[in-house]
Amino acid sequence: MQKTMNLKENQENFKELKTYIEEHKGEKGILMQTLHKAQKLFGYLPIEVQKFISEETKTPMAEIYGVATFYTQFSLTKKGKYVISVCMGTACYVKNAQLILDKLKKELYVEEGETTKDELFTLDATRCLGCCGLAPVIMIGEDVYGKITPDDVPKILAKYK
Amino acid sequence: MAIFRSQVLVCGGTGCSSSNSAKIKEQFESKIEEMSLDKEVQVISTGCFGLCEEGPIVVVYPEGAFYNKMTVEKVDRIVEEHLYKGRLVKEYLYEDSIDEDIIKSLSEVDFYNKQKRVSLRNCGIINPEDIREYIAKDGYMALGKALTEMTPVEVIQVVKDSGIRGRGGGGFPTGVKWGFAAPNKADQKYIICNADEGDPGAFMDRSILEGDPHSVLEAMAIAGYAIGATKGYVYVRAEYPIAVKRLEIAIDQAKKEGLLGKDIFGSGFDFDVEIRLGAGAFVCGEETALIASIEGKRGMSRNKPPFPANKGLWGKPTIINNVETLSNIPQIINNGAEWFRSFGTEKSPGTKVFALGGKINNTGLVEIPMGTTLEEVIYDIGGGCPDGKQFKAVQTGGPSGGCITRDHLKTPIDFDSLVELGSMMGSGGMIVMDEDNCMVDVARFFLDFTVDESCGKCTPCREGTKRMLEILNKIVEGKGTLEDLDTLEELSETIKNTSLCGLGQTAPNPVISTLKYFRDEYEAHVTSKTCPSGVCQALLSYKITDNCRGCTKCVRVCSVDAISGKVKEVHEIDQDKCIKCGACMEACPFDAIIKK
Repeated sequence: MQKTMNLKENQENFKELKTYIEEHKGEKGILMQTLHKAQKLFGYLPIEVQKFISEETKTPMAEIYGVATFYTQFSLTKKGKYVISVCMGTACYVKNAQLILDKLKKELYVEEGETTKDELFTLDATRCLGCCGLAPVIMIGEDVYGKITPDDVPKILAKYK
Repeated sequence: MAIFRSQVLVCGGTGCSSSNSAKIKEQFESKIEEMSLDKEVQVISTGCFGLCEEGPIVVVYPEGAFYNKMTVEKVDRIVEEHLYKGRLVKEYLYEDSIDEDIIKSLSEVDFYNKQKRVSLRNCGIINPEDIREYIAKDGYMALGKALTEMTPVEVIQVVKDSGIRGRGGGGFPTGVKWGFAAPNKADQKYIICNADEGDPGAFMDRSILEGDPHSVLEAMAIAGYAIGATKGYVYVRAEYPIAVKRLEIAIDQAKKEGLLGKDIFGSGFDFDVEIRLGAGAFVCGEETALIASIEGKRGMSRNKPPFPANKGLWGKPTIINNVETLSNIPQIINNGAEWFRSFGTEKSPGTKVFALGGKINNTGLVEIPMGTTLEEVIYDIGGGCPDGKQFKAVQTGGPSGGCITRDHLKTPIDFDSLVELGSMMGSGGMIVMDEDNCMVDVARFFLDFTVDESCGKCTPCREGTKRMLEILNKIVEGKGTLEDLDTLEELSETIKNTSLCGLGQTAPNPVISTLKYFRDEYEAHVTSKTCPSGVCQALLSYKITDNCRGCTKCVRVCSVDAISGKVKEVHEIDQDKCIKCGACMEACPFDAIIKK
């Protein structure tokens, strides 16, 4: 749990998060939704944000950290500008998604879950994206690329550089 | 409401959306307006048509003309020729829909004519974002019937009589489950729709939510009436943004029309639905873990009993049903239990949706009566393996299931027959594998998944699956021994018998079934250190063929000096030195280096 954030720059976001928490005060089981909201605002869940939620909702920090680390959608580290998700669902896997992932690692000089030095790309291997008809699939930000081969990778990456 | 002479249906499911179907719809709209046809032709975005392989898909009614692999460029011609002049654009039509000059409609295409659509009946037909279209297809009629003509006991009886079993994988009779919760006295009961479709390769629940969200809401309200619950939650994966959006729209519209909320149909029955987002944890598909997650905790399962029907969400009686199960309910109420029993088999009535994927020609969603054979699904509907490759196995049930071989293709599919073969129905993913897939690698892939997704609460699952994965890794790296295979079997047995929840109890299945049917492949990996399918990297070696012209390019890129040979003569790789980086293969301009 590293990464500190610039509190001043994020003042507005904290304010919005506070409003959200107050609007939903007393609702049962709202912690996950709050974390979703926070991640949407800040892009990730650094320790400062978790502490803030803990204080505002009077929930023990341990519980918040426990939930934030349990679910793969919540990230404690900052992500790159573009998140590349390589689908590792079964349909993609049997159609050689591993080779695509290997090629991306080679091209970006990062391992799974890491961000490039220029903070442009984060490389993730994800669960089934549900477009098995297009296997193998990768997603860059919101864009989906289907039926790709390792040779297509450099061309696709070039669009974002 | 305006009357249109023709309708253009553009698939707005995730698969087709990913390949630009929204732009195609826009182009249709602007071209239709340009030709002043906008009073006559309506463009509608629908849910998934099922034949994702051929996407993006556009269907034009009343002809039912099926245009596949659409692009924005094709749109103008279809508007000018088909919609304006009434001449179908033959070369854009789906090949299988043309039979010697006769153009077949959608329902006669091979992919569709063996299917029986109950759950998916509205997918690809109605606009999921307009409640009026659902109502026009008898939507909310079942809820009306249940609330005004039936007692809760009668509703449960009909569902019991229909024999419908949970489509999420467990196969537990839905009516019996409802019957457990109904007599429990409590100030609050809950209905939960399990839309946490985590099974890789399965996307039927997503397609139903995207294509026909109201059917699920209606069923939840019926279930609520049956057991006396006034509150429902849909627990849906956050990875499904389109499904979440359409659900939100559907809930809003249903509330506005008075079909959800207070005093529905003037019967005095209240029912409210809320959406809860998952956050990427496979285990949350398990009932008790899902409940923990809705309560805002870590999604960890617990011992049963007490069953959720007695003590569920916040300790109150709770019924959890899967999306596909629910989408059947309104039709069972409308048409009766006998009608539902007219499909499928004695012990597994009704239909089931399968997601066909992997090495198969027609990937997509199919809904078939239970009892259809695997052969029919894979060959008649799915069109077999592409590129003339040999079919090897079909994997059903995802990480909890197993592989079924060619010898068992004649097996009729139902809940029990698949379990007998050492696999299971699961949520209905069917991944086809051909001769190029290594079964040891596939087993390793699933174990890797379960290790990652184990919640860590019970030891057999947390530690056991990890040890199994270590052994499998050893085997694919060529360091395995015959003893390892016995250890795998022993571990599998223990994990199966002692794990807390379904995730652990079924996690060894992929290993058990591949060990049973493909032991020879395992043995090849451990004894002769080869991978018969050529997948496991560590067991492959690079070789130079006679195509080599002796250009020495490979020698220059090899970082360990493993390649030797004279200029203009065939080179050779020293296997002891080679580190299998593959640089030589990439550098060779003559494709003379192969991996075997």
